[in-house]
Amino acid sequence: MDLRRRGFIQLTGAGLAASTLGAIGFGSSGDALAAAVRPFKLTATKETRNTCTYCAVACGILVYSAGDRAKNARSNIIHIEGDPDHPVNRGTLCPKGSALLDVVHAPTRLKQPKYRAPGSSEFKVVSWDFALERIARLMKQDRDANFVARTAAGATVNRWLTTGMLAASASSTETSYLTWKVVRSMGMLVFDNQARV
Amino acid sequence: MTNTWQDIKNADVVLCMGDNAAEAHPCGFKWVIEAKIENQAKVIVVDPRFTRTASVADVYAPIRPGTDIAFLSGLIRFLLEKDAIQREYVRTYTNAGLIVREDFGFEEGLFTGYDEEHRSYDKTSWHYEVDEHGYAKVDDTWQHPRCVINLLRKHVDRYTPEMVSRICGTPQDKYLKICELIAGTAAPDKAMTNLFALGWTQHSVGSQNIRTMAMVQLLLGNIGISGGGMNALRGHSNIQGLTDVGLMSNLMPGYLTLPSDAETTFERYMRSRQYKPLRPGQTSYLQNYRKFFVSFQKAVYGDAAQADNDWAYDWLPKLDNDGYDILRAFEMMAKGKINGYICQGFNPLQSFPDRGKSRRALGKLKFLVVMDPLDTETSRFWQDFGPQNPSDPAQIQTEVFQLPTTCFAEEKGSLVNSARWMQWHWKAADGPGEARSDIWIMTGIFHRLREMYRKEGGAFPDPILNLTWNYTDPTAPDPEELAKDMNGYTFVDLKDESGAVVLHAGQLLDSFGQLRDDGTTSSGCWIYTGCYTEKGNQMARRDASDPREQGLAPNWAWAWPANRRIMYNRASADPAGKPWNPAKPLIQWNGSRWVGIDVPDYGLTTKPSDGVGPFINNTEGLGRLFALDLMAEGPFPEHYEPFESPVPNVLHPKVQSNPAARVFADDRAAFGTASDFPYVATTYRLTEHFHFWTKHARINAILQPEEFIEIGEVLAKEKGIEQGGWVRLTSKRGEVVCKAYVTKRIRPMTVNGGPTHVIGVPIHWGFTGQTRKGYGANTLTPSVGDANSETPEFKAFLVNVEKISPPVAEKAANV
Repeated sequence: MDLRRRGFIQLTGAGLAASTLGAIGFGSSGDALAAAVRPFKLTATKETRNTCTYCAVACGILVYSAGDRAKNARSNIIHIEGDPDHPVNRGTLCPKGSALLDVVHAPTRLKQPKYRAPGSSEFKVVSWDFALERIARLMKQDRDANFVARTAAGATVNRWLTTGMLAASASSTETSYLTWKVVRSMGMLVFDNQARV
Repeated sequence: MTNTWQDIKNADVVLCMGDNAAEAHPCGFKWVIEAKIENQAKVIVVDPRFTRTASVADVYAPIRPGTDIAFLSGLIRFLLEKDAIQREYVRTYTNAGLIVREDFGFEEGLFTGYDEEHRSYDKTSWHYEVDEHGYAKVDDTWQHPRCVINLLRKHVDRYTPEMVSRICGTPQDKYLKICELIAGTAAPDKAMTNLFALGWTQHSVGSQNIRTMAMVQLLLGNIGISGGGMNALRGHSNIQGLTDVGLMSNLMPGYLTLPSDAETTFERYMRSRQYKPLRPGQTSYLQNYRKFFVSFQKAVYGDAAQADNDWAYDWLPKLDNDGYDILRAFEMMAKGKINGYICQGFNPLQSFPDRGKSRRALGKLKFLVVMDPLDTETSRFWQDFGPQNPSDPAQIQTEVFQLPTTCFAEEKGSLVNSARWMQWHWKAADGPGEARSDIWIMTGIFHRLREMYRKEGGAFPDPILNLTWNYTDPTAPDPEELAKDMNGYTFVDLKDESGAVVLHAGQLLDSFGQLRDDGTTSSGCWIYTGCYTEKGNQMARRDASDPREQGLAPNWAWAWPANRRIMYNRASADPAGKPWNPAKPLIQWNGSRWVGIDVPDYGLTTKPSDGVGPFINNTEGLGRLFALDLMAEGPFPEHYEPFESPVPNVLHPKVQSNPAARVFADDRAAFGTASDFPYVATTYRLTEHFHFWTKHARINAILQPEEFIEIGEVLAKEKGIEQGGWVRLTSKRGEVVCKAYVTKRIRPMTVNGGPTHVIGVPIHWGFTGQTRKGYGANTLTPSVGDANSETPEFKAFLVNVEKISPPVAEKAANV
């Protein structure tokens, strides 16, 4: 049987099912299953190189999505595995990385902007326009009211202390650069990331 | 990390202390196993718990949480006493022989210059004695009583094996065995690597924990070499990148620092950043600071930053304190001094210490914006979730925005791993529903705000109106364009020494060596220059070839700075330029230049005979066993007890805890004492979970479905707690009700003559996601941070524990 590497990894990925069948006496049924079914699973998918989103070992991963990336097709991620070419993880993933697909498709992924009014006991779905316009307005009101251009001693300090921000720890470096530009141009000093916790 | 993950395989000794890599960084830990199998490395684990890392160790020793400095200071004493140091390395590459000022001293737990009222030091005396040229005086024979190595010898003399055992609870025999194994790596061709993580940082003495180990590594000649180094494992996929780009309260990109109030002009700012060499002929590379700064301002403000407005220096906000870190921010918030807060992919309600305080603080905001792929606790802090999050929404006036973002698989860009590799990743699909990228959202807020300032005016709009935004799609800048911005451009033709043009005006720079301070170059983050050049996106490189299989993979992605894989690699060769370990050379002098498998961390043609030190960023060119004025609590590390500790500080009872740590009055009032809370608690991660993210993933929620604590058999028996039974864990700040896992992995230690029990508190639970509802370990933890970094003290605090009957809801569920 010509088991290609991917097919083999899929077989081990099928993992529990195949080995359990083997353990209770179905012999090579797992191999047969892999040969008959598994290679087809990824045939029509697109492979994308990515990096695990959790710790900073930064294991290389391969993300497989259904859909041919035509203009009107919507890609759907159906499988994620370790990248065997990656010099650090060499195809392996830990119990967190192995389950990345479940965080991509978590039932608690947010899908719409929501807003909770003062005193309210619920979120309401709102449009992006409403959310961003309202946030910008609240920020401007606060900045205009509390911006410190000069100290009592006359030193130019141009700071804004009454609104703060926590930056992400898993967003891209490019996102962080853009975030820095936006935040500091407003004079914001209450600004930190998750390096410490 | 100074080194790479794969380089761990070159180690002869691996010290895991302050980390639990087998469980928290499993795929990196394989290189420890590789070292053990292929290099016959000895693995040492020092940890309060017998972890999975400990289970493959050659030697395991328990340690009481919060006493690492005592352990490591004892180790330094051992190395100096046995003369188990790499003498030539220490003599020529460290400041061991430099002479310290006569007025420097240490007495009863305090260094000279302490100001009790402000809990800080006047550090004037923490310096070298200098000659008439301003150069530090030196005695290479180490005879002078005030040369650094002799002061260090005197400082660590108190940390005898008996004292170490009394403070740390580590049995003396195990401690001495570890000292002997480590001492063996003083041989020039032997290497020890140290792996550490939050187990060292999350203490009120976190920075000094790491410094003490760095001193050990310098004494052993283990910095800059293959299989050596100080290797911070780093918790999040791009926390290195976020820090590099300066998303911290006092930072600018590339570790430039924001000005303070006192630095009223650009010239005054530059005066305190001159990095004048402290020894003749030294590189002191940060003398180039002005070039990095001006190029940065050009990247951010373009034509609006000119020489005649001091490169828009005034547009940078000026700090009126050390920084607005997270602890200060939530203290201000709790006092009603902050009106708006934006959380981008960050869940402070579960991540910050003293969750009750955090919840109260968030409720005082006028508005809270949460950008996240997941439904976080922070975004629902106002909602009533029962005992895990009691709340009366009608009383909370905060406007809350919950904005859905894309996740890693739905964007492209770079992430910086622990080894400083910038690895590019590609987008596999669009986000669900109306989720948008963080770039799109931040841009959307910015453009609306900028438009309002254009139309309406308002407080100092100049920096907002003049921020460069030359992107092809201004509503969602392409990450590749942002990466090019960070790399930087030249605005004029750049010529080499022969006059030939190497780069034309408008082209991407190759290295930060090309940056200028006259406004003719730009770079958004100077340490990244070289990551995206005219040759293309270097971060996207995927050539895994590895010369001599030595663990560098130099053509895979791109490592800052300058694609250097091992920092301080000049120190891998002896003063004459010959590798200390001929079997694993990194760079060497070939008679006319430095050559090797790594990018030299040194002038390419600087001759060994020039006497230039290998630590080219330091003003004296040397590794520092004496930290000058760079640390808050002293130039040498000293053992201070955690702010909540079961015992007095036996070295100096009057100075119990870090005297330079900032403590807010309300937080101090919320510290408990051993009489009420007799047990030491420490927090950690489980293999199956990542912080508060994987509880949203079904498989992980099945693997570890509910909150629990770990408790040793002896204590469990004493308290009548059964395996899987319910307990209430309390600290002065709150309580957690959950199940107990009774284990052999945590055993009582004998500390200062009495028994000390440690309780383990995994961190991963909350009230959203797929797992059962939980409280979160931070319900219990104290709000106090390290004196230098303000990293909260999660790893050592006091609790009490009692057996309880199952909560009512649980009883009902079991019927």
